[in-house]
Amino acid sequence: MKRLTAPIVAGIVAAGVSPAFAQELTIGLKSEATSMDPQFHQLSTNIQVSKNIFEALTTQDAVQKVTPGLAESWEAVDDTTWRFKLREGVKFHNGSDFTARDVIYSYCRVPLVENSPSAYTIFTGGIADMQAEDDHTLTITTTATNPLLPTDLWSLAIVSADALGAEDTVTYGPEGTCEGMGDVPQAPAFNSPDIAIGTGPYKLDTYTRGSELVVTRFDEYWDGTPEWERVVMRPITSDGPRVAALLAGDVDMIESPPIQDIPRIEEGGFSVVDALSNRIIYLHMQQVEDAPGIEGADENPLLDARVREAISLSINREGITERIMGGYAQAAGELLPPPMFGTSGRAVDPYDPERAKELLAEAGYPDGFSITLGTPNDRYINDEQVAQAVAQMMTQIGIQTKVDASTASQFFSRRNALEFPIYMAGWGASSGDMSSPLKSLVATYDANTGMGPTNAGRYSNPEMDAILLEAMATIDDAKRDEMLQQAETMVLDDFGIIPLHYEQTVWAMKSDLTYEPRVDQYTMATEVKKAAE
Amino acid sequence: MIVYLVRRLGQSILAVIAMAVLVFIGVYFIGNPVDVLINPEATQADIAATTERLGLDKPLYQQFGIFVVNALQGDLGTSFVYGRPALEIILDRLPATMELAFVALFLSVGIGVPLGVWAGLRPNSIAGRTIMAGSILGFSLPNFWQGMLLILVFAVLLGWLPAGGRGETTEFLGMQVSFLTWDGLSHLILPAVNLALFKMSLIIRLARANTREVALQDYIKFARAKGLSDRRVVLVHILKNIMIPVVTIIGLELGSMVAFAIVTETVFAWPGMGKLLIDSINLLDRPVIVAYLMLTVLIIVTINFVVDVIYSLLDPRIRLSEMKG
Repeated sequence: MKRLTAPIVAGIVAAGVSPAFAQELTIGLKSEATSMDPQFHQLSTNIQVSKNIFEALTTQDAVQKVTPGLAESWEAVDDTTWRFKLREGVKFHNGSDFTARDVIYSYCRVPLVENSPSAYTIFTGGIADMQAEDDHTLTITTTATNPLLPTDLWSLAIVSADALGAEDTVTYGPEGTCEGMGDVPQAPAFNSPDIAIGTGPYKLDTYTRGSELVVTRFDEYWDGTPEWERVVMRPITSDGPRVAALLAGDVDMIESPPIQDIPRIEEGGFSVVDALSNRIIYLHMQQVEDAPGIEGADENPLLDARVREAISLSINREGITERIMGGYAQAAGELLPPPMFGTSGRAVDPYDPERAKELLAEAGYPDGFSITLGTPNDRYINDEQVAQAVAQMMTQIGIQTKVDASTASQFFSRRNALEFPIYMAGWGASSGDMSSPLKSLVATYDANTGMGPTNAGRYSNPEMDAILLEAMATIDDAKRDEMLQQAETMVLDDFGIIPLHYEQTVWAMKSDLTYEPRVDQYTMATEVKKAAE
Repeated sequence: MIVYLVRRLGQSILAVIAMAVLVFIGVYFIGNPVDVLINPEATQADIAATTERLGLDKPLYQQFGIFVVNALQGDLGTSFVYGRPALEIILDRLPATMELAFVALFLSVGIGVPLGVWAGLRPNSIAGRTIMAGSILGFSLPNFWQGMLLILVFAVLLGWLPAGGRGETTEFLGMQVSFLTWDGLSHLILPAVNLALFKMSLIIRLARANTREVALQDYIKFARAKGLSDRRVVLVHILKNIMIPVVTIIGLELGSMVAFAIVTETVFAWPGMGKLLIDSINLLDRPVIVAYLMLTVLIIVTINFVVDVIYSLLDPRIRLSEMKG
């Protein structure tokens, strides 16, 4: 592909592509959904596909603001009780009406899904009780105060109680103790359009594993008629073939073309859209007594905040985003791109190698030390190249850094086993809220409370933990926002974690299409529109 | 004869057991599947629950024991990713791979033999030299690069054929096949050519060398002296004699084509077993990886066993020498 002379391609592609069937859209996806059951595997590939067929009580717009979905409105009655007003006149694909019973059935089914590789119970676990006041009014009681309940509910797809064989009355009980569930169909049954019944804009037509998924328009959709009569989604997992499929006219749109191919795609007459994603690429440092992989220092130098600051100042973030990321990234000063919830607009750390050397000397390492930087090499955009650049920049201030790159599956296992003294990884805040990175990446690791599960640097700051916990139990949005900003500022002032850049997500498509890019990196067929002439 | 059979069968079973151990340990050390499968927002308790449910909390020897006991009952495990039996998922994909392999085989024989014979009869002609040069390219260029080049030329530049995927399929003898519709066939051509190129080069070289050898034999000279037409000499006397080694190669290569069409399937997004293997490795779906490799081992060991038995039936010297050795 790379050897191609662009103008030739441009001309020939324009001439060779047959006009697409106007009502049909074909999308080349970079990975394949593992099931059509929207409650089986909590994986972005599955979610973006199932969102065409199934809906939830709430939705998130392109910048992850929570907006009404199947629930028209909601209010927090008290700290642990929420009342949802359900939309009336909504039909399932099989013609039945959507009522509170479907919601209760759907949430009840979550713990009953067998063999789930990553269960949705992390969203239903906190629901203590659900009561239908009438067909379209529902109260949900949570075990603890959860200001993010409306956000969480976006992940819980509503399936049809009738189509799945529920009894007339379904009563809620926590952790799989519901009554009236009937014989609950398992994930493989969802390959059939008779079971995969949702309220979404598209109906399941056929799902051929490994090959393609076809959905057709649902004419009675409550929120207007969808643009496409038929949408075909094809998984093309390798980058080169995916780009080739677009250039050859096999597909109308692809997700995540490799950055180095973007100029050629543009010169070929295709349009490219991109947007800042909610994914931050960061460096995490092991802040415990005896971290492995450090030489030339008596004790772990990363315990000293001055050393951590020196590392941050040694990195030329603008250089990385311009030269390695080809402009498809933005230097980061926070753990989520502003103006998302809980961000403070903090400035990006400057590139100041001189000051970095001074800090190292002050901390007692005038001659530096040597360290190993762990990174995946097939998980994030140009991840290994970025890590190499970071290693060189750190070496320039005296910290001899060598890169240990491995494939994602190995990297994550080794990272979780604390094998790296310093590592580069990414975090996408699926809730679009600052509590997500704070809770997972920097809160003190504690298996009993579930805090800091991905804190493989074992950073710990009890003061920050306290504020974060309080924020996570505060319903008032303005107050919570303020507390999250405060907690984040404490971590970043302490250089507990070092943000590098926010990735940008790219889509490429035929020039007569438009797509509003989403921060959560999902490709949604409903958002693909015909460009205005 | 029976002694030979029993001994040969024993060796095959040993090979399968050795491979089972190697495959299982190898896959075990790649990484922890839970780290890849689970949502990163999950808490330690969720992770522990999933680990336990997938049986990954048990020590290696116990996991292996469970695997062996189940495997002896024909159960090669349940896919972590799809939640369905691994064997079922692989067998779902088998027809696509078989179809690709057979079409590729058909192409490599159908094109390779005539070209090889031509080059063998006229080794110094321009055509003969061109064919040989072409076969060297077929040998030496990496498979994925050939694939990308085919896509670039025929899909992107000329726009004649689709760049990947399987296209429309129809039911034939209870399987979904592509070659009965134009849409399906158009999707099949490029990957089949890509998979065939290497084998085709192999067959060209084999056919050429044998043709040259056979053409100098006395019975060919005699046939010509009798005044038989060139056509008859080539079609009957030469072709018949060179087909023996070609058929042997086809038998050996078919197994490897079915088992290892991985590169072609990845480049052309062809939904066969090879692509399933790559996707499963990326997701660390251990049961599918192990089941795939075990199935492959079983196929190859069986082919070898059958070939050996047939040879020994054809040529008693083989089993006699083995018994002495």
